[in-house]
Amino acid sequence: MLSVENLVVSVRRGPEIVRDVSFEIAPGEILGLVGESGSGKSMTSLALMGLLSPGIDITGGAVRLDGTDITHLQPHQRVARNCGKVAMIFQEPMTSLNPVLRIREQLEEAINVHDPRAGPERARELLDMVRIPDAGHQLNAYPHELSGGMRQRVMIAIALACRPQVLIADEPTTALDVTVQRQVLGLIRELCDSLHMGVLFITHDLGVVAQLADRVAVMYAGKLCERADVGPLFRAPLHPYTNGLLACLPDPESGNAAFETIPGAAPRPGAIPEGCPFSPRCNRAQETCRSGPVPEAHGPERQVAVCHFPVRQEAPA
Amino acid sequence: MSRYVIRRTGAAIMTLIAASIVIFAFIHLIPGDPVYVMLGDGATPEQVAALRDRLGLDEPLVMQYLIWAGNALRGDLGVSIFFETPVTQVIAEGAETSILLASVTMVWIILIGVPVGILAAIRQGTLIDQGLSGLAMLAASLPTFWVGLYLILIFAAGLGWFPSSGYPSIFEEGGLVNLRYLVLPSLALAAPNAALILRLTRASMLDVAREDYIRTARAKGIRPTRVVLRHILRNALLAVVSAFGFTFAALISEAVVTETVFALPGIGRTVVQSILRRDYPVIQGVILITVCLYLVINLIVDLSYRYLDPRVELE
Repeated sequence: MLSVENLVVSVRRGPEIVRDVSFEIAPGEILGLVGESGSGKSMTSLALMGLLSPGIDITGGAVRLDGTDITHLQPHQRVARNCGKVAMIFQEPMTSLNPVLRIREQLEEAINVHDPRAGPERARELLDMVRIPDAGHQLNAYPHELSGGMRQRVMIAIALACRPQVLIADEPTTALDVTVQRQVLGLIRELCDSLHMGVLFITHDLGVVAQLADRVAVMYAGKLCERADVGPLFRAPLHPYTNGLLACLPDPESGNAAFETIPGAAPRPGAIPEGCPFSPRCNRAQETCRSGPVPEAHGPERQVAVCHFPVRQEAPA
Repeated sequence: MSRYVIRRTGAAIMTLIAASIVIFAFIHLIPGDPVYVMLGDGATPEQVAALRDRLGLDEPLVMQYLIWAGNALRGDLGVSIFFETPVTQVIAEGAETSILLASVTMVWIILIGVPVGILAAIRQGTLIDQGLSGLAMLAASLPTFWVGLYLILIFAAGLGWFPSSGYPSIFEEGGLVNLRYLVLPSLALAAPNAALILRLTRASMLDVAREDYIRTARAKGIRPTRVVLRHILRNALLAVVSAFGFTFAALISEAVVTETVFALPGIGRTVVQSILRRDYPVIQGVILITVCLYLVINLIVDLSYRYLDPRVELE
């Protein structure tokens, strides 16, 4: 169980870019983290990995994995302390593998760190797990000899070599063709179930979340504005921002060609409005929204939104 | 694989042919009659006729080139007008000094430039980095002769650790100990070049460190030193290795000033003297050999790339 408690990430001598974010991921569960670019999704994931760039730090809160505090530990320190592992795959499979090393070398490097006693067949086993055909041959390939989808599978294999409790997937399919995207999403779901591994799936694509995730957290301006199971969130969003995002999805049946949009633009870190950060763009906002703390509004099941005036829809007849 | 080798070698040979035509034409670029220019005004008609005959100036131009190039291929670069000995012999006398000087200098450049560049990159933005980068800037901008003179002043005249000038061959009395004559000149020559390699190594390391695959390497949980050495350095050196090639070749021709300051009997000094003596065959010979050296070294660098960067084969 990965639990993130009131996580704050800030630029040294600069603004906070992740503000008071809390969530949990249980084994075998996929949490979709949704938000526009710049909302702090990737920073959250790098903070969980211990891979924040120099000059950006976790300045508050804690990250725990099965009860162990791993907040400020970098990956190699986590290995040294033998605590639980978080592994990560990235958006660009084309540039995420070292161009001058063979797949075997890159895979075995990870195996040696986490599974020093594993034999040479472990690398092959991992490639089989991610459904790479002709694994024995592909082990000797260089990254440039593989397609984008194959490279992303290799990335997943490297991540699995760490035997992670939690896999973070940061927009792993954004750079892939739609058909390949399908296969990779299917693979992630399958591995999550069979290895009983938690997955934090980061995306800006609500369609992907609806297909893949068990639960969803919506991020806006560095904060979570709504958390819910997938069903309730898509059926009845509480937060006006979530509502707006869903309204932006084209509905092929309505025949309405015009796309809905949310007016205005997401605020930049350092220029975030007081009170509810969404209030300047929100059509339900009132005076109380523009200052002071915002209360949580609860919906059915585990649905929570941070909003003064949540959207309450009529129960479907 | 072999196609790449053949293509690279072919390109080098084509370049050599083009360069040899330019070098051959050089003797005909002399205004007026080259024979009079070479021999001076006091030449007797017999001397003029003899030289004209020796240079083959009465043949058609194409034949002249073919004869000259054919001789050059057999190792005959003609005869020095001043020494009246074969040009190859004149050049060979300076070659030992020049090649050893360039080699020792190259060792300094690699030993100082690369590790210090790595250090500056690892400590990016700290006082260490700023200090080293400042020193590199200074080393790159000070003229070689000035650095050479100060080295002589401090380490030869002052402390007496190294000889100040000259170079007896290592095949003569003293043997390898004679290399101490090359310590100060090689340091003077290395300073600006090591500074450039340092800056290149640092910049290249910082570029690679920002790559996505370095983040992947860190995410695996391998130790930071291993990330630097195996992932960052390995890729950063791709850019640096090609700089080694042309730096080495440039050292042979750049060494003129250093050879003068330290009174070294190298090729650079031979060239300068030959220019003053209007000894055209020697000048031609040196240029031709320098061109060959550039081509061979660049060919070696290109071919070694195949081992350093697996992507090269495809291109």
